[in-house]
Amino acid sequence: MFDAIAAWYEGLSPASFFNFHFLPKYAVYFIQGVEYTLLLAVVSVLLAVLPALLLALMRMSKNRPIRWVSGAYVSVIRSTPLLVQLSIIFFGVFNAIRIPAIKVFGFVDLSYFIPGVVALAMNSSAYVAEIFRAGILAVDGGQMEAARSLGLPKGKAMQLVVLPQAIKNILPALANEVVTMVKESSICMVLGMQDLMWGAKTAAASSFVTLGPYVLAALIYFAINFPAGKAIEVIERRMRRGDQR
Amino acid sequence: METSDKLIRVSHVTKEFSNGAVRALNDCSLTVSKGEVVTIIGPSGSGKSTLLRCLNLLEVPTSGTVTFHGVDITDPKTDIDLHRRKMGMVFQHFNLFPHMTVLKNITLAPVQLGLCTEAQAQEKARVLLERVGLPDKADEYPIRLSGGQKQRIAIVRALAMEPEVMLFDEPTSALDPEMVGEVLEVMKTLAKEGMTMVVVTHEMGFAREVGDRVIFMADGTILEENTPEEFFAHPREQRTQEFLSKVL
Repeated sequence: MFDAIAAWYEGLSPASFFNFHFLPKYAVYFIQGVEYTLLLAVVSVLLAVLPALLLALMRMSKNRPIRWVSGAYVSVIRSTPLLVQLSIIFFGVFNAIRIPAIKVFGFVDLSYFIPGVVALAMNSSAYVAEIFRAGILAVDGGQMEAARSLGLPKGKAMQLVVLPQAIKNILPALANEVVTMVKESSICMVLGMQDLMWGAKTAAASSFVTLGPYVLAALIYFAINFPAGKAIEVIERRMRRGDQR
Repeated sequence: METSDKLIRVSHVTKEFSNGAVRALNDCSLTVSKGEVVTIIGPSGSGKSTLLRCLNLLEVPTSGTVTFHGVDITDPKTDIDLHRRKMGMVFQHFNLFPHMTVLKNITLAPVQLGLCTEAQAQEKARVLLERVGLPDKADEYPIRLSGGQKQRIAIVRALAMEPEVMLFDEPTSALDPEMVGEVLEVMKTLAKEGMTMVVVTHEMGFAREVGDRVIFMADGTILEENTPEEFFAHPREQRTQEFLSKVL
């Protein structure tokens, strides 16, 4: 019985869905790839938070030019492909600013990682800005009014009264943005960043197993994002329960 | 003399919404003297709340001026935050800060604005809570309170700033009937202590017993203004008579 399965597995063609013959040898590409991908996604979204908050507040400003600048940025980012933005940042901005090729954790080359993170963060900040804006607008307008009626200036009212309540709406959406980034960051492979997708491609090229590495990559992406998404849903539901007044 | 005892003076205030498509207030003028309790009544949609909200510039009048202590607060150069400190406001839906304890709700503004230390603010808050009969609620979150309790806390929160005038925007309209009394009681006490008050209300009893002056509004204009005795006994305008016949 086991012999039969072993024989079947041995005889699989390089293009077979189930062919994982590359595995013991190329496992390190996947392990480091996952770490690279997670690092890219988390750092990008974290870097995006402050610019996004600024963009969101600008978007809600009374000043028309300030509103316009923020709106224009968000529109440009949302209406152009991530790969295009990535390429422009990589070959444009970071052609002028050279990052030394220092490796951290043994496999993260900063001269690739930093341009990638900057581009992803710039992209993410546009989406996170909308998350912030929606979160802030979802706070009852009476909260701002009550704070202002006590003589608190707008900034303090925002900081002390509105934002702490908006966080509840923002955090789950922000976690979702990390999930999105885990997937979207796979495009960085095109520019040679050694993320999970790059690991899969390299394993496929070197081992001559054409499909298996990508199937494994898909399984890993799924194993990260599906539970994460479910966990966020649960947290979201629990937070909403605390919301009843 | 005339100017000095007028705490608030509203002159020819008009307020339009949606770029002039809706005119909520039409040439309203009104004065409030120190220590006076003015009630504003009228059918819903008549502009009562908008007029009240113009007093502390939560709504900015489209035209006309509002002066407080003789200072034109509708002038964009005026620092409205400084004047709002002296104008307490109580809202229909309480608007307590749900993420803070009752005590923190009350102490937030005085402490943040540097008017006193946290300890002083807390002490004052506890005295005020005692006065409205809620000394044991200091450490509760608003979600744990009844509507009447929330509104009494909201009043305390405004009082903690030691305002010179209190603005009430239908303070009992969102309350269950059995809780209206406890809030009105606090307001009556305030009035007795000499607090200047402007109260938008549907409580005719309050307007009659506590108010010094009644203002009747309809369709964005002040139709009638009189002492409660005269107003309820001999309403002049037909519109007022119709309104009173429905609510009394």
